[in-house]
Amino acid sequence: MTDQPMIYVEDLYKGFGTLKVLKGITEHVNKGEVVSIIGPSGSGKSTFLRCLNLLEEPDSGKVFFEGVEITAKGVNINVHRQRMGMVFQLFNIFPHLSVIENISIAPTMLKGIPKAQSKKAAELLLERVGLQDKRNEHPSKLSGGQKQRLAIIRALAMEPDVMLFDEPTSALDPEMVGEVLDVIKSLVSEGMTSVIVTHEMGFAREISDRVLFMDEGMIAEQGPPQALFGDPQNQRTKEFLSKVLY
Amino acid sequence: MIFLEKTLAVATKYGYMFVDGIFYTLLLSAITVFFGTIMGSLLSMLRMSRFSVVRFIATAYIEIIRGTPLLLQLYLFYFLLPDLLPFLDDKFLCICIALVLNSAAYISEIVRAGIQAVDRGQAEAARSLGMSGVQNMLRIILPQAVRNILPALCNEFIMVIKETSLASTFFIGDIMSQYKKIQGLTYLVIEPLLIAGIIYFMLTFSLSKVVAAFERRLKTSD
Repeated sequence: MTDQPMIYVEDLYKGFGTLKVLKGITEHVNKGEVVSIIGPSGSGKSTFLRCLNLLEEPDSGKVFFEGVEITAKGVNINVHRQRMGMVFQLFNIFPHLSVIENISIAPTMLKGIPKAQSKKAAELLLERVGLQDKRNEHPSKLSGGQKQRLAIIRALAMEPDVMLFDEPTSALDPEMVGEVLDVIKSLVSEGMTSVIVTHEMGFAREISDRVLFMDEGMIAEQGPPQALFGDPQNQRTKEFLSKVLY
Repeated sequence: MIFLEKTLAVATKYGYMFVDGIFYTLLLSAITVFFGTIMGSLLSMLRMSRFSVVRFIATAYIEIIRGTPLLLQLYLFYFLLPDLLPFLDDKFLCICIALVLNSAAYISEIVRAGIQAVDRGQAEAARSLGMSGVQNMLRIILPQAVRNILPALCNEFIMVIKETSLASTFFIGDIMSQYKKIQGLTYLVIEPLLIAGIIYFMLTFSLSKVVAAFERRLKTSD
């Protein structure tokens, strides 16, 4: 089953009270694929992404991850989440742990890797994103960009099969966006399967294999970035892109 | 001047009794807050349970305890416990249990507020890494919540020091019980009361200064 998609979503619905956020989404992400999700705010992009690892529980519909229906009853979601890394808009770094402990806590706790070994692995990750000097620092000493780079390698330390990025640069000062995007780029170039909710159109265009345009809880249009950005078919896509691309 | 002289005389002659009183007041307060914290933490977990029945029971307990006077509760437990459980005929123990049950209700709300003040994103990050609900609570949420909880818990200790004075109704040996004894011995009302007041104030004032210093330290280490 090598051609089975890594993530497959079937007829997903999600609402908060009377507000219907997702209105029937069927979609897939293949192994090695980089999928960006764009669209106006409130269109359900983040909710959709958060449904993939069930941080948000869908009202109906199914989510399959590597062939297993994780929305089924009795599935231990924690096991599957270990293989789905997630990066948040607001970093969510653990403030009571040092930089290196932020990275090593999950592998030590969940995979039973000895502390010394997981710290060694953490050092390599820190080096990779240029934070090796900060290993024993308190996270409050880090800039936004550094925090987000730390959040990315914290997720990577679990050696996930897919990375979910929820607007990873939206809370950053403009001069720090680049350093975070560079890390994501290097990950993607190594073949990491990624789903990225983003407002960085240039970035989405550059690194994506496929772009989804979401509007009012549905995927209004999707396709390769050249087609979607260059020659959008849907009226809503055209309006949205004309507003954000200038 | 005679008044001051009398007060000093009482202090010198019966000082040792007040020292005993301080000991019992602090002991009673420490027991109350220690076991109240354990029980209050458990209670706060029940209060945040997924199951509505459990939530309801915990909430009902908290509301009833907070909605009735402590003095009434002390009376109730003082007379009821030995009746129900004959081995509980020690009055100090009964008063302790009543104080613990009372302060657990208040402490559970302190703990709950402390936990809920931790940013939601923390739990989301922990869960997204694959941590279970319990792992998330023990390793991510509680260590952060403790910072919010500790100062409030120290204030609760200060409150309890004052509340234990109600237990003197049953001559439990605390500062106010000693006051009553000394009053009986000397037929003086105001002078020993003044001394008791000064003692209470010194205890609570110095403790609140310690708490304030402690809070500043927590803040700077952020």
